[in-house]
Amino acid sequence: MIEVIGVSKSFGTQRVLRDVSFKVNEDEILAVVGPSGVGKSVLLKLIMGILEPDSGEIIVNGMNITKAKTEAEKNKIRSSLGVLFQSAALFDSLSVFENVSFPLVEHSKHKKDVINSKVIEILESLSLTKYAARYPQELSIGIRKRVGMARALVMEPNIFLFDEPNTGLDPLDGQEVYDLIKECKEKWGFAGLVISHEIPEVFQVSQRVAMLLNGRIEEIDTPQNLQQSDNPAVCQFLEGNVDGPIQIQ
Amino acid sequence: MNIICKTENLGSSLLNIIEAWGRSVVFIFKTLKACFSFPFRFQLFLIQMYQIAVNSSLVICLIGIFTGAVLAVQGEYTLSKFGATAFTGSAVALSLIRELGPVLTALMVIGRAGSAITAEIGIMKITEQVDALKSMAVDPIKYLMVPRVLAGIIAMPMLTGMFILIGIFGGYVVGVGLLGLNSGTFLNEMITAVSTLDIYSGFIKAFVFGFIFAWVACYKGYTCGFGATGVNKATTQSVVTASVFVLVIDYFLTSVLTQYFMG
Repeated sequence: MIEVIGVSKSFGTQRVLRDVSFKVNEDEILAVVGPSGVGKSVLLKLIMGILEPDSGEIIVNGMNITKAKTEAEKNKIRSSLGVLFQSAALFDSLSVFENVSFPLVEHSKHKKDVINSKVIEILESLSLTKYAARYPQELSIGIRKRVGMARALVMEPNIFLFDEPNTGLDPLDGQEVYDLIKECKEKWGFAGLVISHEIPEVFQVSQRVAMLLNGRIEEIDTPQNLQQSDNPAVCQFLEGNVDGPIQIQ
Repeated sequence: MNIICKTENLGSSLLNIIEAWGRSVVFIFKTLKACFSFPFRFQLFLIQMYQIAVNSSLVICLIGIFTGAVLAVQGEYTLSKFGATAFTGSAVALSLIRELGPVLTALMVIGRAGSAITAEIGIMKITEQVDALKSMAVDPIKYLMVPRVLAGIIAMPMLTGMFILIGIFGGYVVGVGLLGLNSGTFLNEMITAVSTLDIYSGFIKAFVFGFIFAWVACYKGYTCGFGATGVNKATTQSVVTASVFVLVIDYFLTSVLTQYFMG
């Protein structure tokens, strides 16, 4: 579904990603974990084609997004992706209903009543009906994330990217978001990539976990194997120790 | 060593300036190209017309009426030294149509609507709304920039026309009502002095200023830095850059239009 092959990315003199390679298989959720500032969000933007890598290739659904030259080519690849942004990234000027219907209005050739019924259906399945007329600034961050998921799911993506899904949430809301991810995966059956530093919560939703450190994939394995890893950097990160090979910046 | 470092810094700064210019030119070319491609979002264009034209009209009327009034007072005072107060109407009208109308309208719109556009797009950028558009396969240039640039280009001449009309009315009220100038002379000399080319000149300027205002406001918002400081900096830069551009380009436009169209 997603194949990242030898991707490197620098900003000026700062090398953020170095020769990163991994694969997200069909019907699998891969979590990419690591300390803040190691380039997790950059990785997500590279997969979406918002940033371009200095070297390496990214293949999404069999199409190479790094070789897409025009925005139209990139858009064709992006249309199979659903994204939940860290801040939900809802449009302030649109109501919840308009936010969720936005991708359909932009891309679907259906009539307005068909679009509306699809939006109502999605809002109902994510328990958002009562918020339909409200604007993002009137909602809590937890509900905004839920709306963000609804907006992405309305296009029925086969790959879902989650950027720090429980950032800014209290433990209860955070758990609710992970439950929602599990529930939606069962219902819509997408492959997923979760960027997070929330350990061990992210293990609940992922079949495999990749640890990103110093711009490289330090280790990639199942959550169970990773927790038993003897790699000192992995142990330090999972245990939350200040002392160890990971330097706190 | 110190000289080498300073030279390096100077070179690096120059390269950054050239790069920023290049990026802004590429940005406006992409925007103009997108203006001629489907889908055209008419509703978004109308919203921007409302934001720029309707919301700026009150302040434009206010500034226009007082500018015309001041021109009448100053014109009458200056012309009275030459015994030519009869030409006060033409002085007011020509000043407004050829120069003050387009320039003051542009400066007011830049301050009011330009800063708002930069802040809005900047906030959309830092809150990942622009990235969200891209992730949903919606081109932000088409969705955000095209309606604003088109509305800017169309709204500016409309607001300039309004400014000029209200300004002439203000000049008339002060000149005739307060300074005791003859109404017929005021209007007749004004109509005689103003040519179609003067009006074209004013509206060509307004059109160019509208383009500059929209270009700078959108570009600064789209390339704004991180956080509240980034938006603050972008908004300030947008107002300052667009105002300076308007005044500099005004000189060149005035020279060219006077030399080739009226000379």
